[in-house]
Amino acid sequence: MQSSKSLIWVFRAYVLIFFIYLIAPLVAAGVFAFNDSMFPSLPWQGFTWDWFFSASDPKVGLLHDDRLLRGMGNSLYIGVIVAALSVAAGTCNAFLFERRQFPMKSLLYVLMIIPLVIPGVIIGISILLMASMVANFLDREFGIFLLSLRPGIVLIVLGQFSFLTTITSLVIAARLQKFDIALEEAALNLGASRVRVLTTVTLPFLFPALFSAFVVAFLVSFENFNTTLMLVGSDAPLTITMYDRMVKVGSTPVLNAMSVVLMLGSGLLALASVLGQRPKKAQGSSAAAAMD
Amino acid sequence: MGRSADRLSLILLFTPFALWIGLLIVLPQLGIGYVSLREKVGVNEFSFGLGNYAAFFEEPIYRNTLLRTAWISILVTALALIMGFPVAYYIAKIAKERSRAGLFLMCLIPLWVSDLVRAYGWILLLRETGVISTTLVSLGIISGPIEMLYNDVTVIIGLVYTVILFMIVPLVSTLQGMDDALLEAGYNLGGSRLTVFRRIIVPYAMPGIVAGCIITFMLTAGSYLTPILLGGKNSSWFTEQIYTQFITRYNWEMGSTFGVLLLIFTSLVVWLGLRLTGQSLATTVAKE
Repeated sequence: MQSSKSLIWVFRAYVLIFFIYLIAPLVAAGVFAFNDSMFPSLPWQGFTWDWFFSASDPKVGLLHDDRLLRGMGNSLYIGVIVAALSVAAGTCNAFLFERRQFPMKSLLYVLMIIPLVIPGVIIGISILLMASMVANFLDREFGIFLLSLRPGIVLIVLGQFSFLTTITSLVIAARLQKFDIALEEAALNLGASRVRVLTTVTLPFLFPALFSAFVVAFLVSFENFNTTLMLVGSDAPLTITMYDRMVKVGSTPVLNAMSVVLMLGSGLLALASVLGQRPKKAQGSSAAAAMD
Repeated sequence: MGRSADRLSLILLFTPFALWIGLLIVLPQLGIGYVSLREKVGVNEFSFGLGNYAAFFEEPIYRNTLLRTAWISILVTALALIMGFPVAYYIAKIAKERSRAGLFLMCLIPLWVSDLVRAYGWILLLRETGVISTTLVSLGIISGPIEMLYNDVTVIIGLVYTVILFMIVPLVSTLQGMDDALLEAGYNLGGSRLTVFRRIIVPYAMPGIVAGCIITFMLTAGSYLTPILLGGKNSSWFTEQIYTQFITRYNWEMGSTFGVLLLIFTSLVVWLGLRLTGQSLATTVAKE
């Protein structure tokens, strides 16, 4: 390489500063969960677990904060449903675009990617509007009152599903592309039925991608704010509950405790998804993940 | 397997795709387009026309908010590219094979943390009673606490922070594919460092640069949390206007108009970016 030694040191110093920039806010959000103070700020008053476990009043810990826990429950519930649905739809799409030929394929492929480049807020309002129009129509014409088309968990699931399916489709299709079709043909030649080939040869090969897509979809759903904000009803998921708390009550160390739990949780899941796939793949999926 | 069975399975595979794209993407988008064209004239009475769009262009607050969002988004994208490129280059080309994966994973850590937690962390660092202000006071560098939140610089720093990883990831993937022999050939032929950078590295990294810029720009223009939380009441961010019209004022006609305008604007920038660099959506965004 022609790069001189000093240039490399400049590079190293820059990368170091960059990583400090990257990590500083996360450290700030995490550390103050353990500060024995009523406010998440300096000075340091000593170490405490109170903001996680305390039940008595001035410091109500995370485990006794009903609204945050309920928010977390809603987020988990929504996340699992959305992830399952989008992995199922993504698998169909992957087979459709990798294995089949049909008219207007490249146009439809672009249509499949488009949800990634629609801002989340707009996906949110469009789903809200669509659902309300359908609900109003049913109410007016048939007298059917459908509560599930009003803001709430069903709409949040639909809204998140609509862009997560693009991500899962791309992750699963990337893996399917690497599949050697000869394996399926061999199984067919040996007398296996189509269904049996799918369940014993193709799907096991796809499993790492399915798992990875599920984790990515779950995490993005759990952390989603923009689309969810427009569709939220009375059962608010965690991000909305935390945002409300920040805006209305101001910052309290309980939010820091929640941040610690979230960072640990998503860190572990991300690790699982990286280990579940070859590193090269995990990069791709995580990049796509963020497109909400 | 017969032709009819083949056809049936194609239809079965195609149905979920058609339902998803049709009912959750195309129809709702047409829906906001439709609502943006109507105006309320009475109870359940509407007239159709471009009145909402005219109202948008006549009201300087609306217009300026979009312009401001656009300008800041472009600035953030440029900053993310300038700040992210050296990091990506270091990870892809300079770092040793052994530390490369570790560095890359470290880059990805904040990606997995929700926007909300990241913005919250910045608030704790930058506010008047925050870590930086308190530390500077106790070190005697400044005399009294200073408020570093609620200004444009903070919003831009926060936005760059939120999106820069989406710049770095595609850049690293592209640069990793570059053969070092290309650089050596450039130097051997007498190219200076700048020439090699301009004529070899940048053209090679172009798909990554375009992908990174598109993702970064879309995320910034569509972001909500960072500008609102770090910019406070005066952030004048366009997505906030959409929220206000839709949820606070319940003016869906105007809200849809804003939504359509944001979508047109971002699509236009993405299309221009692709056009100018000769890339396509499928080869850039989908690859990540």
